[in-house]
Amino acid sequence: MDFFDRFAIPNPSPVIYASMVAIGLTVLAIIAGLTHFKKWGYLWREWLTTVDHKRIGVMYLISALLMLFRGGVDAVMLRAQLATPDAKLLDAQHYNEIFSTHGVVMILFMAMPFIIALFNFVVPLQIGARDVAFPRLNALSFWLFFMGAMLFNISFVLGGSPDAGWTSYFPLAGNQFSESVGTNYYMIAIQIAGIGTLMTGVNFMTTILKMRAPGMKLMKMPMFTWSALVANLIIVFAFPVLTVALAMGTMDRLFGTHFFSTDAGGLDMLWANLFWVWGHPEVYILILPAFGIYSEIISTFAKRNLYGYKSMVWSMVVIAGYSFLVWAHHFFTMGQGALTNSIFSITTMAIAVPTGVKIFNWLFTLWRGKIQMTVPMLYSILFIPLFTIGGVTGVMLAMSAADYQYHNTMFLVAHFHNVIIPGVVFAMLAGLTYYWPKMFGFMLNEKIGKWTAWLLSIGFVLAFFPMYITGLDGQARRMYTYSASTGFGPWNMAAFIGALIMAVGFALIVYNIYYSVRYASRDIGSDPWDARTLEWATHTPVPEYNFAITPQIDSIEPFWDAKKNGQELFKGKFEKIHMPNSSGMPFIMGCIFFAWGFSFVFSIWIPLIITTIGIFVCLALRSFEVDHGHYITVDEIEETETKLRGAN
Amino acid sequence: MKIDNSLPLEYSTEENQLKVLGFWIFLGAEVMLFGTLFATFFTLVHRTAGGPTGAELFEITPVLIETFLLLASSFTIGLGIHAMRLGRKNAMLAFFGITLLLGLGFLGVEIFDFVQYVHEGATIQTSGFTSILFSTLGTHGAHVSVGFFWGLFIMLQVKKRGLTPQNANKAFIFSLYWHFLDVVWIFIFSFIYLKGMM
Repeated sequence: MDFFDRFAIPNPSPVIYASMVAIGLTVLAIIAGLTHFKKWGYLWREWLTTVDHKRIGVMYLISALLMLFRGGVDAVMLRAQLATPDAKLLDAQHYNEIFSTHGVVMILFMAMPFIIALFNFVVPLQIGARDVAFPRLNALSFWLFFMGAMLFNISFVLGGSPDAGWTSYFPLAGNQFSESVGTNYYMIAIQIAGIGTLMTGVNFMTTILKMRAPGMKLMKMPMFTWSALVANLIIVFAFPVLTVALAMGTMDRLFGTHFFSTDAGGLDMLWANLFWVWGHPEVYILILPAFGIYSEIISTFAKRNLYGYKSMVWSMVVIAGYSFLVWAHHFFTMGQGALTNSIFSITTMAIAVPTGVKIFNWLFTLWRGKIQMTVPMLYSILFIPLFTIGGVTGVMLAMSAADYQYHNTMFLVAHFHNVIIPGVVFAMLAGLTYYWPKMFGFMLNEKIGKWTAWLLSIGFVLAFFPMYITGLDGQARRMYTYSASTGFGPWNMAAFIGALIMAVGFALIVYNIYYSVRYASRDIGSDPWDARTLEWATHTPVPEYNFAITPQIDSIEPFWDAKKNGQELFKGKFEKIHMPNSSGMPFIMGCIFFAWGFSFVFSIWIPLIITTIGIFVCLALRSFEVDHGHYITVDEIEETETKLRGAN
Repeated sequence: MKIDNSLPLEYSTEENQLKVLGFWIFLGAEVMLFGTLFATFFTLVHRTAGGPTGAELFEITPVLIETFLLLASSFTIGLGIHAMRLGRKNAMLAFFGITLLLGLGFLGVEIFDFVQYVHEGATIQTSGFTSILFSTLGTHGAHVSVGFFWGLFIMLQVKKRGLTPQNANKAFIFSLYWHFLDVVWIFIFSFIYLKGMM
């Protein structure tokens, strides 16, 4: 029985047992449902084996929403524990596990797939392409991300969750202080998902650089595509650093190496440096596409072209460069000396300049625009002031001398939530609402959507602004409780109420989807927002081949110019279209990677060796496979086009 | 599939062009991967914790042999690609074969070298220095090993299916990979071995 002991939860509690039962029942329900409705074949043919960027985008989206709720439940538990002084809801160990998984899930398994969902769905349509450059690699990226996320999530019920924070600093994350397999999950699940993300980066850079419609020069690309290009460039250069750091962490924990240990020549600060050399660019991987989304939305609903297109592009490129030069600001207090701190202080503050340029460009786009206050626009308008406050507190944190007061306090927690929630989360929800009709053929309810946006904003202010105050007063982050004499109690109660209001807001999103599925009109045409870029120029639902005829571009807003000035986008006649074939291989490889990761986490060596060989066998089979794709004939295109035109 | 005959075979279809660019971008990521390993190496190089130092471990002879074998293989794969562009399938296969044999020789010497290190009391667990030494060399060696099988599979495909645009593309991309490993080795040779022996 010794073998099975390793799977036991080190710190069991009723919540965990309830989760086990819930997970078991959900899996049974899904299997029973698929069998009952005879949907296994459909699931396999249309989704698990698909290489269509639109479907992969939808799968990323569903995963991101699921993870949003997983991470959200974590957040509510954290705030509930801190709501009153000396609370006993969670003990220290559970609190540690929950803030660690909250961070990892929200950044890597919610925000990342959310932006990649939008890359997948939007970018090929915006540049007038038929798919991404490497459709099958794209499917593999998704399955690696998905399996990594699932592996990370089962840590809760098998072997224990990671408990060293989302930054997993050594020596805390080493074997001596983190004995459970939790941190192994961290190292290996993120590794698997990270490899998928790296492949996404390669794929989208190639797609954007090589597959744009004729006439779309780089400086004529839509702003979201630009942001995707820059973000993927950062992915390609930042993620390998994480790959190496995680591999070293894994080896330290499982093979007794001395990279980050405090004895035998290891250097614990090396982890902090490597982590943030990846980690800081990572936050720009998240925020730049968010800026791209806001640019699209603000321009669409102000009915004006985006102010300062060139400066928007250049500010993103400059931010991308700076993102690699600021990592040490995450540990100003850890003793690297005044000169180093000063340099990193200055580079950090300098980022505020290009970001400020973007804020002013959005304001100037709004200036004298005919503003339509739709839900996506409402999120964008709320974003500008809230995000600016987060940015200003960021500049406060950037001052290294003052940082000794803020470091590791709730002030920092308030700051980064203040940029991530109004910045990234609002952008994703705005993007979701904006692109929903293109994805699914109906709009989300505007009224419920506005309630959601306001609840989230009010809840956000109530939840996080008190932390600025308690943080300056010295409330440390990651402490599971505090005494009443500190006076933090009322502020934390306010934050808990704010968190509950946000929870209601997120629940409303689910209700909105349900409501709109039932009641929304399906007769919305292909351009319900009166938008400006190419993705709205094709039909809804988007046919498999995206555009029957490749569009010809000669402006930044080709679709708008086509509508207003009568420029012709689609010249010529139908020709047969080459499309990639579906393949089960990415899904199968994902499953093997899951088994590989699971064996690795629990140090079960024989399955580890077998699955490693399995991965290489898959790669070899791929090398020998002949797959020329297939053609869609002119007759089929005509049939589809006639049908879709009729539907509109 | 449209084939543009004015371009070399490996660039002749749109898909081929995408793959070449995609692989260059992937090599950019590989530069960062090895860059991180080198940065870590320079950080930990003097942290030997009483274990062997580089000066005590490194022998010039096996390292020179490795260098010679790998540089020669980079030259022969260049000849292989040249032969491919001239459409000389057998010559190409011969040069690819020589390349892979040289790679195998390199791996043999590297393993021999590793065994020597272990005999002298330097394992991956000895110190911060040996951990990163074995990891950097091992990552490069693992790349060469993967490259060996990859190259072998491409040879089998060229033999079976001839010099098609797909195969030419695969062979060309493989040659980029192989040259890249050579570049990495030059850095290993200069900054890990030579600097370590001084």
